[in-house]
Amino acid sequence: MEHAILRDDELDLLFEEIAEKYGYDFTLYSKASLKRRVSRICMMDKLYSFAELRYRVMHHPDYLQRFVEEITVNVTEMYRDPHFYKTLREDVLPQLATYPFIRIWIAGCATGEEVYSVAIMLQEANLYDRSLIYATDLNPTVLEKARNGVFSIRHMKQYSENYIISGGKKELSSYYMANYDVAKFHDKLKERVVFSTHNLVSDASFNEFQLIMCRNVLIYFEKELQHKVFNLFDNSLEKLGYLALGSKESIRFSNLENTYKKLGSDKVWRKLQ
Amino acid sequence: MRKNGNRDTGVLLIGGSAGSLKVLFDLLPDLDENLGFPIIIVVHRKAAADSQLESVFEKHTKLKVFEIEDKMSLEPNTIYLAPADYHVLLETPTELALDYSEKLHYSRPSIDVTFQSGAEIFGEKAVAILLSGANHDGALGLKYVQTAGGLVIIQDPETAEVDLMPREAMTQVNPDYIIKPADMAKLINTLANKTNNQ
Repeated sequence: MEHAILRDDELDLLFEEIAEKYGYDFTLYSKASLKRRVSRICMMDKLYSFAELRYRVMHHPDYLQRFVEEITVNVTEMYRDPHFYKTLREDVLPQLATYPFIRIWIAGCATGEEVYSVAIMLQEANLYDRSLIYATDLNPTVLEKARNGVFSIRHMKQYSENYIISGGKKELSSYYMANYDVAKFHDKLKERVVFSTHNLVSDASFNEFQLIMCRNVLIYFEKELQHKVFNLFDNSLEKLGYLALGSKESIRFSNLENTYKKLGSDKVWRKLQ
Repeated sequence: MRKNGNRDTGVLLIGGSAGSLKVLFDLLPDLDENLGFPIIIVVHRKAAADSQLESVFEKHTKLKVFEIEDKMSLEPNTIYLAPADYHVLLETPTELALDYSEKLHYSRPSIDVTFQSGAEIFGEKAVAILLSGANHDGALGLKYVQTAGGLVIIQDPETAEVDLMPREAMTQVNPDYIIKPADMAKLINTLANKTNNQ
């Protein structure tokens, strides 16, 4: 079986070497997920032994970029968990509207579907022109896709349904141009977006925000790393700012539980002090 | 057929799709409360599913039931349900992990993913049961469990509402048991860890 070639100790060694040589630190990523991803790239790239994989990664810096892209999960959707977006629309945005200038950080944005989802909601709330969205990911290739704002048309039906459930009053299709099998979202939706690489593991806080969204990223991190990233978020969030996580994530593995208050049943917390 | 004898059970993995909920709801009330191992259930469900499944399961069992959250700890005599739209992995023998990577067999959660992960973490202490379903998911997962020395059980396709899944699995593995739903609870109870029950 293809997975037998990967031993835990060898993987640990590889990730230590990658961290040392390239500065990409995966040593505190959840092992179960990481192992699956490494097996997957070995199969795709027809690498039949650990030695082959290690040689390719350590001696071909070009390959490193592909390796990083494939071992991180970049699957994302527009308006995933529509109920969460409804909460954002109805409870969070009206609070953000009280600020003269709104700064939002979408951390681990992958190919950007959430960025466009949020940009559309800000437009509909008449907040877009005084908002700035920082969309970051550790992976330059997916950020390029996010910047393009071109998504497969076959997902649009699902996205439209989710958009409506989230409280959207228009047609999602009024925000993109359909062209054969792709949907290109309007450039206006990225005018107020800064796409930038940022590694949650190693990079520091770079601004203060009123809303930080980081959904389905922390599931790939061990508790210890989660703790560290929560501190980074806390340092990057204004008092009374909001932190939004994925539907199965929580702030349990942080020391923020006393200073943050959960909003209803969705995974949104407000910073109290 | 292989006997389980005095083997220890580390985890029971149950996978199912179309037609599997009824089987589960029939067998769960008859499970012992002190099995001594956790049960992880992966049932295909709609991406937008609500979390009602947890409370529905609770009505059918004396065991504690949780829908899995990130890094939830895995404890004996407890049922863990795969949440809609996430794969379930085992990080260690006592910790679960979630993953939102690509669908497998058009499914997330995928049974193969959890069975394979359970096989890697628990080896010969893993037990996997595959139920009714209209999908090829689970067959490869059972193969991993068997290769790791674990126990493989398949619902008798004759009794399955949709027999594609168990039939596909039988082409991939030679199961330790092919079993009717009516006999499942009894078999699971025999897997109970004796030391934990004293």
